[in-house]
Amino acid sequence: MYKYDEYDRALVQARVGQFRDQVSRRLSGELSEEEFLPLRLQNGLYLQKQAYMLRVANPYGTLSADQLRVLARIANEFDRNYGHFTTRQNIQFNWIELEQVPDILQLLADHDMHAIQTSGNCVRNITTEAFAGVAGDEVMDPRPMAEIIRQWSTVNPEFLFLPRKFKIAISSSECDRAAVRSHDIGLYLYRDENGEMLFDVMVGGGLGRTPILNELAKKALPWQHILTYTEAVLRVYNRHGRRDNKYKARIKILVKALGVEAFAQEVEREWELIKDSDAELTPREYQRVATGFEPPAYEQLNTIDLEYGAWLARDPEFGLWVKTNTQPHKVTGYASVVLSTKPGSNSPPGDVTGNQMHAVADLATRYGFSEVRVSHEQNLVLPDIRKQDLYSLWKKLTKLNLGTPNVGLLTDVIACPGGDYCALANTRSLPVTRAIQDRFDNIDFLHDLGDLTLNISGCVNACGHHHIGNIGILGVDKKGEEFFQVTIGGAQGKNSSLGKVIGRAFRVEEVPETIDRLLQTYLDYREVDESFIGMVNRVGLEPFKERVYQTNVSKMAALSSDTEVNIETKTGVPV
Amino acid sequence: MKNTIGTVKGHAGVLHDDPWSLMDDEALDKNDDQNSRYQILSLESLFALEETQENQQRPYGVILHPDDDPEVLLPWLDSLTLIALQFPRFSDGRAYTQAYLLRGRYGYKNDLRAVGDVLRDQLAAMRHCGFTSFAVREDKPLTDALKGLNGFDMIYARSVTHPEPLFRRRHLRL
Repeated sequence: MYKYDEYDRALVQARVGQFRDQVSRRLSGELSEEEFLPLRLQNGLYLQKQAYMLRVANPYGTLSADQLRVLARIANEFDRNYGHFTTRQNIQFNWIELEQVPDILQLLADHDMHAIQTSGNCVRNITTEAFAGVAGDEVMDPRPMAEIIRQWSTVNPEFLFLPRKFKIAISSSECDRAAVRSHDIGLYLYRDENGEMLFDVMVGGGLGRTPILNELAKKALPWQHILTYTEAVLRVYNRHGRRDNKYKARIKILVKALGVEAFAQEVEREWELIKDSDAELTPREYQRVATGFEPPAYEQLNTIDLEYGAWLARDPEFGLWVKTNTQPHKVTGYASVVLSTKPGSNSPPGDVTGNQMHAVADLATRYGFSEVRVSHEQNLVLPDIRKQDLYSLWKKLTKLNLGTPNVGLLTDVIACPGGDYCALANTRSLPVTRAIQDRFDNIDFLHDLGDLTLNISGCVNACGHHHIGNIGILGVDKKGEEFFQVTIGGAQGKNSSLGKVIGRAFRVEEVPETIDRLLQTYLDYREVDESFIGMVNRVGLEPFKERVYQTNVSKMAALSSDTEVNIETKTGVPV
Repeated sequence: MKNTIGTVKGHAGVLHDDPWSLMDDEALDKNDDQNSRYQILSLESLFALEETQENQQRPYGVILHPDDDPEVLLPWLDSLTLIALQFPRFSDGRAYTQAYLLRGRYGYKNDLRAVGDVLRDQLAAMRHCGFTSFAVREDKPLTDALKGLNGFDMIYARSVTHPEPLFRRRHLRL
């Protein structure tokens, strides 16, 4: 991991002092709420329906075991014993007192952490995939570049008040597992035949009310120009992005209006003027940062571990878990393990208790190299586990309720916190999530369905990324009543696509039956080893529409005995 | 202008008797007793001044709208004593880029003033981008605002006041 030096520490410490002063000025009335708002947002503090929410940055989803213990402490001492991991690989605490925020930020700063720019109209947390540095299909480690861009964008004075929020993601694997195409700037990092690092820079992606995938603006940009090129993009955006309408202020609208070629030309003109300057990145700086990401002391292990093989043969449940919840590792004898935060309807996606965090930190120390990752699917990852330890680790994770073998399957739902917490949401995404998890809790059925992503957003802001779910669910308010619109065909990764709406929206109690009909259609039509998304791409929407709307969904829901969904008594708010 | 902070070599202080005033076109036409003060002209007035070939004895300045491209000032940069950039709301950050362009690209050397919704918590960022004076919103006390320029202001990236990014100085441990 990147190690803070005295500059990094001085910055986060000073920031705490600054915010402590701003909070006291707010409490004394010297600052109006309007004036305080952008200040608190740039420190990750939102005012939600019932309390303040604090969003803490986990840079590109990496945490040390000690840092995870600090998050556990915040959950247990300042919140209601849990935190919520987000699709930007951050963590948010939902029940925070304003007066305590400076003390929480102090605790973070003392452990080289912060909440800077986790919100506001500025450059947000840089994201990458949770398996960065260890993935079997990785081209190169994207974390040093992610850290360099993180530093550059932190309190960059020219770009703190952009027209709208700005998200950057970077991937350097065969498979893009970082949803790069739905970002304001998406970066693919690779090496040319001479080993030089290059970037393909894509601009103008974003979900929200107008979902757009980003497009290539610059191919094969040499690595030392990444900061100047990003600066040029942001300068063009800061000057010309719309500020009259919040929903048209993202860079995607500007890129769409100009066309990506004209936009890229404008950026190119700006970049030509700054690229050969002191802002050009140096090999010394790359080396300095990359040192922090050198591989840990891996053991030389055999490809085949007899004990691991024996357990696989003996315990089919373990085999199921290995199949979905482990990822190939670049080092022989190791695997990366995904801890599912989606055990079912008893816990909202991404929610992890302080005690679970403590336990995970201990497991990371005992079995790994004291490192934990957060995935943008809101799960946790132990990146370096010896295969020979997988069985005992699995037993422990199962006891912790973090061993559900559903990673990448239907019930590995990505969902926003929705109307139970969020002031922006106009529907509650958690009850519909629970209804689906309750209906489809047969793990063999889920495994038979195979890879299938389900994303749920409580409003058009699309924090649940419903546009890029194989099945996407969007909550919409119709005259005070909650309805859910269903899309299919969305995908992230190198073959990204935006889902298409199948037809009229459904009431919450109709959603599980609707999903079931989609799944039955897939099972009827699929060819050998064909995934849900593959089948949708092959046959299109028609068979799905036909099946879903052939008879009244609500009648079917009422007739079906296993769809009793207890949606009214659960509030979604753990107390 | 009232309630204004100036800087000399980066050190900030209250500007008593600031000689500048924002002039609308009408006031300029009247050519009245405002003459005792230095005028900050609109872009249109500046262009008109050029056409009439009027020989300005006193220093004069100009104010840009956030939409204006600062490049239009290129012919005047040496003769302008002050350029004012506007923050219609402090959350409107276009003037930061205008400031960077004027200083970093076009080499403007004289006073660069922030006007409008100018508040303590943004002053350090403004200074980084090349602003040298600040017409603080009039309901805010200058003694408080000054604190915004006397706190910690380390950044990683380069800026107008620190043209070398931190990564080029970091190993020197300055």
